[in-house]
Amino acid sequence: MNTTGIQIQSVDKSFGRGQARTVVLKKTDFAAETGRLTMLVGPSGCGKTTLLSIIAGTLHADGGAVEVLGQRLDRMGADAVARFRSRNLGFIFQQFNLIPTLTAAENVSVPLVIQGFGHRHAERKAREVLDWVGLSDHVNFRPAKMSGGQQQRVAIARALVHEPPIILCDEPTSSLDSENGHHVMELLRKAATQKDRLVLVVTHDNRTYGFADHMAEMEDGRIFRTLTTQEEIRAHHPPGS
Amino acid sequence: MIRIALKMLFGDRGKYVMLISGITFATLLMAQGMSLFCGLMSWTYSTMRNVNVPIWVADPKVEQCNDNKPMRDTDTTRVRSVDGVAWAVPLYQGISMARLADGASKMITLIGLDNNTLIGAPTRIIAGRLEDLRMPNTVILDDFGVERLSAGRACPIRVGDVFEINDREARIVAICQSYRSFTGGPYVFTTYDRAVQYAPNQRKMLSFILAAPQPGLTDQEVAQRIAAGTGLAAFTQHEFMWSTILWYIKNTGIPINVGTIVIIGFFIGAAISGQTFYSFVLENTRHFAALRAMGASSGTLCAMLLAQAVLVGFIGYGIGLGLVSVLGNNLLRLGKVPFLMLWQITAVVGGAVLVIVALSALIGILRIARLEPAIVFR
Ligand SMILES: Nc1ncnc2c1ncn2[C@@H]1O[C@H](COP(=O)(O)OP(=O)(O)OP(=O)(O)O)[C@@H](O)[C@H]1O
Ligand SMILES: [Mg+2]
Repeated sequence: MNTTGIQIQSVDKSFGRGQARTVVLKKTDFAAETGRLTMLVGPSGCGKTTLLSIIAGTLHADGGAVEVLGQRLDRMGADAVARFRSRNLGFIFQQFNLIPTLTAAENVSVPLVIQGFGHRHAERKAREVLDWVGLSDHVNFRPAKMSGGQQQRVAIARALVHEPPIILCDEPTSSLDSENGHHVMELLRKAATQKDRLVLVVTHDNRTYGFADHMAEMEDGRIFRTLTTQEEIRAHHPPGS
Repeated sequence: MIRIALKMLFGDRGKYVMLISGITFATLLMAQGMSLFCGLMSWTYSTMRNVNVPIWVADPKVEQCNDNKPMRDTDTTRVRSVDGVAWAVPLYQGISMARLADGASKMITLIGLDNNTLIGAPTRIIAGRLEDLRMPNTVILDDFGVERLSAGRACPIRVGDVFEINDREARIVAICQSYRSFTGGPYVFTTYDRAVQYAPNQRKMLSFILAAPQPGLTDQEVAQRIAAGTGLAAFTQHEFMWSTILWYIKNTGIPINVGTIVIIGFFIGAAISGQTFYSFVLENTRHFAALRAMGASSGTLCAMLLAQAVLVGFIGYGIGLGLVSVLGNNLLRLGKVPFLMLWQITAVVGGAVLVIVALSALIGILRIARLEPAIVFR
């Protein structure tokens, strides 16, 4: 069952004031469904990260409606949004953002610990998810002892460990070579389709377009085209182009 | 989350060590300075600790127990006649020079005790007999005096040996333990009459009159009656101790010197740990922002920073106090430097460390509070 998980309507966002003011989002509309891997693509500086941050509730829109899982984030206070994030969202960043002094298992357990689970339970759960991403023999490794691809898989495990219905990823493959990027995208797709999650991937890495079920193309702060099937995506972005 | 916070801190060994050193250093300087101060202050009233009687009577201008404004011998009788006084006896205190067999001179504090009662005599005799002080030309020397006067001799000075005080013979009949004097010279006890002979001649020699209340009366009541009845200054031992300490605080540079050490300790500690903690927080800004993005509340982040700062403060304080007591005990053993670490000092230093730690954490918290969780996507 595919249901609408994210619904953005007529969102505005600008940075700075006066002369330095840059308008980034202009009456932007966007939607994404569960059970699919949605890609948000577009040239550098078009506003993808800004839109993602607004969906995550880490950035406030100037106007418009931001509805995630039926909740209006734009009408919630900062602490309520933080609580909402801790339960419902998983994050994967371009720079992995793992804490260097924690082991893989400890890093993965962080979202559960934030929710108030005990360390033992959290780390047991973390090991299961590390196993799922294929890192069962790296649970006690620190990030510095792992390759970029392995670190990003730890980050995926961290985004999944608390079983959030939505995973948000910003350029998850752009720090990786194509083989590792491929592996990471496979995992993300598996997370979306096997577990009926909404996975939203912001990227301009066209090597990964084949993994998308749904694609929103952005330019200059607006979604100018939405491709809703893999066939459509292949037609507009032929593999190897 | 506290566990995660501490792991973040332990992982950054350089900063961790630096933070602890800052606190250790501050603790060391502050506790050392204050202990030195208390030690010095305890030296100022050593004569009182050694003589140990309930009431001290002195010339009205005397404020502290190392001051010498002699009274007339007849004043003792006047004090005795005050209603409620059980007994009153004279005491001589003065600085003299002791000359050794080899001709070298050493400064001593000479105490002359009442001829008949020997009230105020040392209680901790470690060699010889107190009663022998009634024999001609005899003195009791304290253990520090043994050390001082033995310098340059083949074997240490002991009971039966003879030295000179202002060209008069002084034969040692006992060795005692005593509290070190502020002036730094050893104590030599003898009788009042003999002390007067030893001392360079002056018209009046009576330094203090020692007194005690009759049973049923308090020291304070009787001291007030003595003061009213004779026009002399009369203190209970406790009052005189504080009067002495306050005199030194008001009239010497000791509080300023020690206060400077303590304040420098505080600020250096605060600067090192505040600065290090701030750069620790700066370096981890990305991770704190990521935690915030993953849904950690501001309260949780504050608790993490506090836990990190408090742990560092606790360890640094412990190491610092340990070092101070080792250092202090060695100084005490050498006997050259006053050192008195009261529990109040550990409490005050602990409070100061808490302030440093709270300030450091606050700097970090202010930094984190201004954090936009959106930066993790940049
Ligand atoms: N905090 C900010 N202050 C000022 N300008 C900002 C801020 N964040 C983003 N911008 C501007 O908004 C525009 C869009 O930025 P955004 O990061 O959303 O682009 P993007 O599509 O993610 O680009 P990229 O593919 O390079 O990551 C850029 O011109 C950027 O300079
Ligand atoms: Mg971006």
